[in-house]
Amino acid sequence: MYEILHRQDLAPVSKLLVVRAPVVARKARAGQFVIVRIDEGGERVPLTVADYDREQGTVTLVFQEVGKTTMQMGTLQPGNHFASLTGPLGLPSEIKAYGTVLCVGGGVGIAPIYPIARDLRAAGNTVISIIGARNKDLLFWEDKMRTVSDELIVCTDDGSYGRKALVTIPIKELLESGRHIDHIWAIGPAIMMKFCALTTQPFGVPTVVSLNSIMVDGTGMCGACRVEVGGQTRFVCVDGPEFDAHKVDWDQLLARQRIYPEQEKQAVERWMHKCACGR
Amino acid sequence: MPEPTRAVPQQDRMKIPRQAMPTQEAEARAHNFNEVALGYEELLAMLEANRCLQCKRPKCVEGCPVGVDIPAFIERLREGDLPGSVRSLKGENNLPAICGRVCPQETQCEIVCVMGKKYEPVAIGRLERYVADWDVAHPSPPPEMPPPSGKKVAVIGSGPAGLTCAGDLARYGHTVTIFESLHAPGGVLIYGIPEFRLPKHIVHAEVSYVRSLGVEIEMNAVIGKTHTLNELLQQEGYDAVFLGTGAGLPMFMHIPGENYNGVLSANEFLTRVNLMKAYLFPEWDTPVKVGRRVAVVGAGNVAMDASRCALRLGAEEVHIVYRRSASEVPARAEEVHHAEEEGIVFDFLTNPIEIYGDDKGWVRGMRCIRMSLGEPDASGRRRPLPMPGSEFDMNVDMVVMALGTQPNPLVFTDSGGLERTRHGTVVADEQTGRTTKDSVWAGGDIVTGAATVISAMGAGKRAAADIDRFLRGETVPQPAAQTAAAAG
Repeated sequence: MYEILHRQDLAPVSKLLVVRAPVVARKARAGQFVIVRIDEGGERVPLTVADYDREQGTVTLVFQEVGKTTMQMGTLQPGNHFASLTGPLGLPSEIKAYGTVLCVGGGVGIAPIYPIARDLRAAGNTVISIIGARNKDLLFWEDKMRTVSDELIVCTDDGSYGRKALVTIPIKELLESGRHIDHIWAIGPAIMMKFCALTTQPFGVPTVVSLNSIMVDGTGMCGACRVEVGGQTRFVCVDGPEFDAHKVDWDQLLARQRIYPEQEKQAVERWMHKCACGR
Repeated sequence: MPEPTRAVPQQDRMKIPRQAMPTQEAEARAHNFNEVALGYEELLAMLEANRCLQCKRPKCVEGCPVGVDIPAFIERLREGDLPGSVRSLKGENNLPAICGRVCPQETQCEIVCVMGKKYEPVAIGRLERYVADWDVAHPSPPPEMPPPSGKKVAVIGSGPAGLTCAGDLARYGHTVTIFESLHAPGGVLIYGIPEFRLPKHIVHAEVSYVRSLGVEIEMNAVIGKTHTLNELLQQEGYDAVFLGTGAGLPMFMHIPGENYNGVLSANEFLTRVNLMKAYLFPEWDTPVKVGRRVAVVGAGNVAMDASRCALRLGAEEVHIVYRRSASEVPARAEEVHHAEEEGIVFDFLTNPIEIYGDDKGWVRGMRCIRMSLGEPDASGRRRPLPMPGSEFDMNVDMVVMALGTQPNPLVFTDSGGLERTRHGTVVADEQTGRTTKDSVWAGGDIVTGAATVISAMGAGKRAAADIDRFLRGETVPQPAAQTAAAAG
C-alpha cells in the first residue's frame, strides 16, 4: 500500500511522486488533499492532490522541499512506501459553468491549480491561467497548464523566465482591461494568496483560495487548522480547504503558520547532519 | 501463579486495610511519561482479594456498567486460579486491563461496596488491573472459532466500542473489517489518554487480540470521505455496520482571542503528545510547544490529562481553570488526586472571558471572571453564574481548551436515514444499539456524548449480540423508534 511508483524532479527543490492509493484515487477530486506520513515517527502532512488516475489507482503529489519532512520525501524512490496516506480530505472545488474563469497558481500552488483548471475547462468555462514563481527554478508544468487553458500567462518575480512580474500584476491588468471574469482561483503561498485577494477585491470578482494551515489529523478532530473567515472560526480541513478569499483573516493565517519555527529549524539541522554523516 | 490463601474468616477479612497502590513518586513522575500507578504485587493483590466478603447479593455487580461478576473474579484470584479469574472477568469485560486503569470505580462498583460502609471499599479496580495485566503477560491461545457465517460487518472506529463489537462479532463467526480514520488503532485509547495513565503496549495487546480473531483493520479510512456509510452497505457488500466513531469534535468557547498561537484544543495537544509522541521530538517528527505558564480550561479527565502532559513537557506552572467548584469536578478521582500531588494549581469558580495576544499573534494572557453557583440546571449541577466586577487577568502563554467533545459530523456524509439528536449524537436503542437506519447500529460516545471507556465497551457488546441475532435472521431489523430523544 502507498507504494511510490514514479518520481520526478520538476525543479531543483520541487518534486513529484505518483503513489499507489486505489481507494483514495477512486474518490479524489480537484481541490481536495491527502495527509501523508513517511514512516512510523513521521509527522502527518497535508498535500493537495495534483492529479489522480482512477483506473491505475494512483494519486500524484507535488511538493517543495521546505522542511525536514518534505526534504525526506524528496529522497523517496520508486519502491519506497508511505507509512500512511489518508484521503481524499476537504471539500472538492465547486466546478460549474461560470463563464470565464481565472486560475492563478503561485509556486507549488501550480500543482493543485492544474486539476481545477482542467475540470473547469471540461465544464465549459473559458480558462485563463497565470502561473508564477520566484524564479525559473521554481516553475513547473507550463506545458500541462497550456493544455487546460485557453490563455496562459507565465511569470517569474525576477524575470528569469517569462514575464518579469508578480502574479498580481497580470491579474490586475486583466481585471482593469474590462474583460469579464466570472470567478477566480488563486493558490500558492499564503502571502501570495493574500495579495491576490487584495488585488481582486476592488473588482468584486468572487475569488477562491485554498488555505494551507498547519494540520495534524486533517479530519476535523483537533482544530489545529482553524482560521477566521468572515469573522467565524472554520476548520480548513473539513470546511475548506477552499474559502472566499475576501473573507479570510490573512494576518491570522500567516501568524498561525509560524507556531513552530524553532522546532522546524532544529528538525532541518538534524536532517542535514544525518545526511552529511550518511546515517 | 499466586499461592492460594486459605479463606480468611470474615471478621478478620474486615481488619485488612485497603491496600495502597504503589505509585511513582510525584516529583519524579511530573517529569516522565512512565506509568504513574505501578500495579499491585502478588502479596498486595492477595491481601486485597481477601478483603472481599463475597456478598450473596453483590452490590458491586449492579454498580458495574456491564455487570462484571466481581466476586467471582476476586474469588478465583484469591484461590490462585488466575486463568479462571481472567475468564470470569472477561465474560463481561473485553478490555479489563484498560478499564482497571481508567474506570471511575469510585462512582461505579466501589461506591456501593459493602466494605465501604464501615471501612474502605474493596479496591476492585486495582484487582481487575492485576488480573488483566497477568492475562496480558500470559496470553491464552485464541478461542476456538465457530464456522464462518458468511456475513460481513463493517465496524467504524477502533476505539473501545469498535474493538469490542468487532471482537465479539468475530467470535460469533462473522467476517469483520474495522475502518479507522487515523493511522493507528485504538481511538481515544491511543490519541487521548496519555502513556502515564494507559501504557500503549496494553492497547496494542488488545488490538492484537482482536486481530487474532480474524478481524481486519483498515487504517486511514475516513468514513464520510474515503468510503461512505451508504457505499459500505450498498456497494461493498456489508450486511451490517456498527458506528463507533466516538466524540472527536473539539469544542471551543468562541471568546475573543481564541485563535492566537498557543491556544489549542485538548484534542490537538493530546494527539500531538500521545499519538504523534511529540514528547520524543526530535526523534519523532511532530512537535508540540508548551508554554511556561499554562491554563487548561475544563476539569474532566481530558483536562487532567492535558495539564499533566503540559507539566511533563516542561511547563513551570499549570492551572486548571474550572467554572464550577471542586465538588462538581467530573474527572476520575485518582486523576484529580495525582494532578494535585504533581503540583497542578486548581482555579475553581473561574471562567475565561477573553484571551489576549501580542503583536506576533501569540497568547500572553487571559481575562477571567469569578463565578458563583446558583440553582441546578438541566444536568442537575448547580449553574455557574459570573460575578460582575470580579474580572482579573491571568498571565499565561499557553491555553488548552478541554471543554468537552461532540461527535465528528464527517461520518454522516451520505448516510441518509440516520437520525441524530440536536447535540449531534446518533439516536440509538439503549439495549440493542439499533439506529433509525436499516442495518446500522451505533454505540459509545457517538450515542451518549463523551463518556467512559466501559460504557462504550458495553454498548459494543450489546450491539454485537443484536447484530448477530439480526444476521442469523432471528430478529426483524426494526430501526430504533424516533423518540423524544431525536426531537431534543
